[in-house]
Amino acid sequence: MSDDEEVQDAGFDDWLDAAEDGEAYYLECPEGHGSLPPRRVCPDCGATDLDERELPDTGEIETFTVTHVPTPAFEDDAPYATAIANFGPVRVTGQVVGIDLETIENGLEVTIDVAVSETTDERVVAFEPAEQ
Amino acid sequence: MSNVRVAGTGLTPFGNTPERTSRDLFAEATVAAFEDSGVPREDVEALFYGNFMGELSEHQGHQGPLMAEAAGVQAPATRYEAACASSGTAVRDAVVRIRNGEADVVLVGGAERMTNLGTAGATEALAIAADDLWEVRAGMTFPGAYALMAQAYFEEFGGEHEDLAHIAVKNHENALNNEKAQYQSAIDVEDVLEAPQVSSPLGLYDSCPISDGAAALVLTSEEYAEDHDLDAPVAITGTGQGGDRLALHDRDHLARSPAAREAGEEAYADAGVSAADVDLAEVHDCFTIAEVLALEALDIEQVGEGISAAREGRTTADGETPINLSGGLKAKGHPVGATGASQIAEVTKLLAGDHPNSEHVPDATTGVAHNAGGTVASATVHVLEEVGR
Repeated sequence: MSDDEEVQDAGFDDWLDAAEDGEAYYLECPEGHGSLPPRRVCPDCGATDLDERELPDTGEIETFTVTHVPTPAFEDDAPYATAIANFGPVRVTGQVVGIDLETIENGLEVTIDVAVSETTDERVVAFEPAEQ
Repeated sequence: MSNVRVAGTGLTPFGNTPERTSRDLFAEATVAAFEDSGVPREDVEALFYGNFMGELSEHQGHQGPLMAEAAGVQAPATRYEAACASSGTAVRDAVVRIRNGEADVVLVGGAERMTNLGTAGATEALAIAADDLWEVRAGMTFPGAYALMAQAYFEEFGGEHEDLAHIAVKNHENALNNEKAQYQSAIDVEDVLEAPQVSSPLGLYDSCPISDGAAALVLTSEEYAEDHDLDAPVAITGTGQGGDRLALHDRDHLARSPAAREAGEEAYADAGVSAADVDLAEVHDCFTIAEVLALEALDIEQVGEGISAAREGRTTADGETPINLSGGLKAKGHPVGATGASQIAEVTKLLAGDHPNSEHVPDATTGVAHNAGGTVASATVHVLEEVGR
């Protein structure tokens, strides 16, 4: 978190850029293992030829929590919900936005979004309830 | 495989001493460990030292030599960092070093200064054990990570917050007469359920405190212990370590800890014991749910049943397998880098009959120490056995 604002994290910030454009992706090896960037080697099998593949539009919340005691970087955001959503080839951790925190539940269908921290203005991987 | 004797143990009180430097804390623990061991400092051939957040809390890197100096030991020293399993990994490598004949005496331990950071600062420092890009930047804290695991556990196996509350109550009860413990006060289930939420479903009393403290062990080869007529009745007979993907979302399973299972299986096989032989254990209960996952990984409880162990009395002081008779991280405190070594110290004293809670386990001969880092991306398990005075 202490990186100079000017300096990007190659791979990660590129992914956020793509997600902002509705083009979130994951990396796939020839064996079909999915992973998230930045990555040169498949963590499951060691394959080095990884291709970008389009992330499925919706994922399903597998578990979530509402955090009341945050790190200083999220001081003004709390309470906020963090969830792990399963998109099939990969799971992603993100903040659940656009929903009453009380109504979040396992199995909720979500889409990837990029929100902005109220505390730091930094970009945050987010989930929004999918339109039914 | 020759055994490694625990010749001496030393602990500082765990608690809230923000002004004390980690070099001062570690020095105190080593003075106690050397006194307990009867081993002269000049016989130490290496120091393995665990510490997690020294750069953040004390602006101090390169702590190995600093801590050797603090201990009055002139030997090469290396710092081990594996988040909350830092000194568990240090103990493991010390055991391996002695077993392979490269050393007869190793000083091992760890220290952490945390409370000077305040709650928000310590929360931030602990969070760096997670994946910075994919977890921390999404706002995940450590209580948050374990809350995600707890929620996933409830979803898959059932259980409720009240089950977890019984773990906190048990561990506070166990710490009542542990003079080194941060909390020597009883709590009840209502206290846990009504405490402020940290990260749902976990509240303040599901979480271990932020602690300062240190632990040290003098480990020797069996030959050294015999040649020097040491009073060292407990041996480390099994060691194991497991690893996993760093980010919780990359695990095969969100409500299990396979790295700890791997470490446990390796340690049991190494010692030639099975889970059924375990008389007591100190497990890494940084949050109440973590004790459940630990017991299941160690096969002390079946998968999906660990949630009820404390509530049904199987793991209480007078239960079948008492767990965390020291009070655990929950009540004894969790100075991160010291925890793994402190667990070995507690199990040693329990088996030797030198612990305030030894009266609950008069016939115990086999104990286990389970130390976990992050959301259990690192885990070490050690088997200790009473080999006699």
